[in-house]
Amino acid sequence: MKVVIFSTCVVDLMFPNVGKAMVEVLERFGCDTYLPKEQICCAQPTFNSGYVKESMQVMRNEVDALLSVDADYIVGPAGSCVNMLKELPFHLRADPVYAAKAQTMADKTYEFSQFLYRVLGVLDAGAELDAVATYHRSCHMTRLLGERTSPFVLLGHVKGLTMVPLPHIENCCGFGGMFSMKEPEISKQMVDEKVNDVLSTKASVLISCDPGCLMNIGGRFNRRGEKITIMHLAEVLNHNVDMSRVKYVEGRSAGDGAVSSVRAAKEEGALV
Amino acid sequence: MSSMVNGKKAAQYLRTSKAPFLTRVKESEQDKFAQQAVAKAQDAQWVKREAARQELGNWEQWRDLGEQIRQHVIRYLPDYLEEFSDNVEKRGGHVFFAQTDDEAAQYIKQIAIEKKAKHVVKSKSMVTSEINLDPTLMTVPGLEVLETDLAEFILEEDDWDQPTHLVFPALHKNREQVRQVFEKKLGYKGDNDPQHMARFSRKVLRKHFLEADMGITGCNFAVADTGMINLVTNEGNADLAMCIPKTQVVVMGMERLVPTMKEAETMDNMLARSAVGQKLTSYLTYTAPRTGQESDGPDDFYVVILDNGRSNALGTVFEPILQCIRCASCLNVCPIYRHIGGHGYGSIYPGPVGSVLSPVLDGGYDDFGDLPYACSLCAACTATCPVKIPLHQLMIEHRRIMMDDQSQANLIDDTVMRVMGLGTGHSSLFRTALGVDHTMLTPISKKQPETAKNLFASDRHVEWMPFVFGGWTKVRDLPDPPKHGQNFRSWFAHHKKEQQA
Ligand code: SF4
Repeated sequence: MKVVIFSTCVVDLMFPNVGKAMVEVLERFGCDTYLPKEQICCAQPTFNSGYVKESMQVMRNEVDALLSVDADYIVGPAGSCVNMLKELPFHLRADPVYAAKAQTMADKTYEFSQFLYRVLGVLDAGAELDAVATYHRSCHMTRLLGERTSPFVLLGHVKGLTMVPLPHIENCCGFGGMFSMKEPEISKQMVDEKVNDVLSTKASVLISCDPGCLMNIGGRFNRRGEKITIMHLAEVLNHNVDMSRVKYVEGRSAGDGAVSSVRAAKEEGALV
Repeated sequence: MSSMVNGKKAAQYLRTSKAPFLTRVKESEQDKFAQQAVAKAQDAQWVKREAARQELGNWEQWRDLGEQIRQHVIRYLPDYLEEFSDNVEKRGGHVFFAQTDDEAAQYIKQIAIEKKAKHVVKSKSMVTSEINLDPTLMTVPGLEVLETDLAEFILEEDDWDQPTHLVFPALHKNREQVRQVFEKKLGYKGDNDPQHMARFSRKVLRKHFLEADMGITGCNFAVADTGMINLVTNEGNADLAMCIPKTQVVVMGMERLVPTMKEAETMDNMLARSAVGQKLTSYLTYTAPRTGQESDGPDDFYVVILDNGRSNALGTVFEPILQCIRCASCLNVCPIYRHIGGHGYGSIYPGPVGSVLSPVLDGGYDDFGDLPYACSLCAACTATCPVKIPLHQLMIEHRRIMMDDQSQANLIDDTVMRVMGLGTGHSSLFRTALGVDHTMLTPISKKQPETAKNLFASDRHVEWMPFVFGGWTKVRDLPDPPKHGQNFRSWFAHHKKEQQA
């Protein structure tokens, strides 16, 4: 199965470890990975700041880049950016050429945990991590992409890992892309509450599916001199893997590329 | 957009503070009590609201229905307004269409003068704050205005302090503050037990109700096909304000209509669950001018229908904001409201709904241009809104108008953003940037033991950045980007080579 890696600008610029972990996990489950080098960014930094005109070229470039390899799927390590790719057909709706292209692109795009659980049917990725951890549920992945299950299912099967619930899991960490830079006075109060909530769980590891949020929360931990280990879900699932532990959802098995039924994430509950 | 109506500016009384945005944010941060009160209320409401919605079942379908009803009304607004006002007049009531706040307030003042009103009782209504009604009425010699909603009553007694929430206007006050106000202004002698204070104010208010000669209420929904006004409260004060005085004035935003009682029932159900997490509120009232056979109700019934900048939204991307039913659940889930509170927004409409609505009513960005940026786009508001207003998308629309259409950013930040647009739009530029060893940052990066592990690819991080990026390093450390040979793309290329070998 051919999978295009949607690397995201944050991973390209900052987090090689996240990209690497994602590729290794995907290849372990039989994916042929491709990294189109023309790709850059989903356009959120400029678009969300109101620079809509300037964002059009960013979007078109991303669509072309991700479609430049004829792959079955496009998979990315950031819930927020993946959601933006899903929104591109809407933002490009007035473009006679790119509206349809963007739709083709969006239809085969998945966030990493979503792809593993919903498309590949993986329950247990075979990983082991001996730690107490908590999970930050990022806003766009939860509310806009509607994915609130996959990461928890996958984390629930990691050997040795104890997950503790994060208080106020529904609240934004204060990242918000350019918001974190433009409104530091407000963002600081938000991320401080998040850091305090994480500390209150006594977890030693903080996990998420959005590198942007991790960069924000982790960066604040470091500034405050508080201890934490930051891990993207892909890094957790790539830790001490033993393939004999791998389990699939019922009725699926290794190499079952074709998706019989990708459960619609959005139908799983009220959007809170 | 422009809110000039017949040479007069609409929506002049939205602002609750003259202080600049950042000053208000700082002030809110210092008011630890108010911050904790908001956080506590949000957490408690979260549980109550979600339980009430779950109990109803199929909440997402209810939202679709709520959205359809409100969208339909807004699309056919002129027709429904006509039908409603015809029906009010058929029952012997009077309808006045006010284009601006002043027009509305002056009209009501005129009624008070004509009726020689001495004691005006009011129930809670955001729209009367919007038209600056209380101060206007108090310019009439010998006329006394009393807010009868408990929270509004507290604010009035505290020298007309400003509300900070659409449903819980005195959320920022603690019980001791309330006791002190009561003691100073009303001679209250008791303790600060909320029940005791509520009982005391009930006594004070009852007396005023009985002597009231004019009642003023807002309106939750106006039913077009019957000409009735629907009010939703938990204290019953609105009912008294409507039943006792001979003269009755209702003030409503022009969008507040529903076609029939059937839709009113649906909306009431969603409103109560969204606003206070109840099945229904304690009092749910429908009223209209008294007709022939009826034994109660006011003799004179006036409905003031207010535009005040609302029509700025019609036919624009902002039209959905007119669907709003003022349930305030977007405030109750908003992480920004959680920290800066109602006063931080500086508008009588705070929270996500206020950030979208205030600039629309104002007709520009001079007063409220900061608000659409005071949003992390977390979309909690969009997800909770019972009538599915895409609030976070409308924030981006405001930003788009300010940046693309009006170029309002300061020059440096503007350039940075435009360069970012270029850099992320042209892959050769981006790859050049990736290719540079980020030695540029080395002089400002620090090598220090890091307490956040696995966040930083190198053993260095950055504590200071220029331009708009400085906002990041004001609050948190930034990983020093990996050197070219160690970034993800280099790793991937190497990895593929190894696979092929
Ligand atoms: S915008 Fe939606 S959630 Fe906010 S007050 Fe209005 S109806 Fe309620």
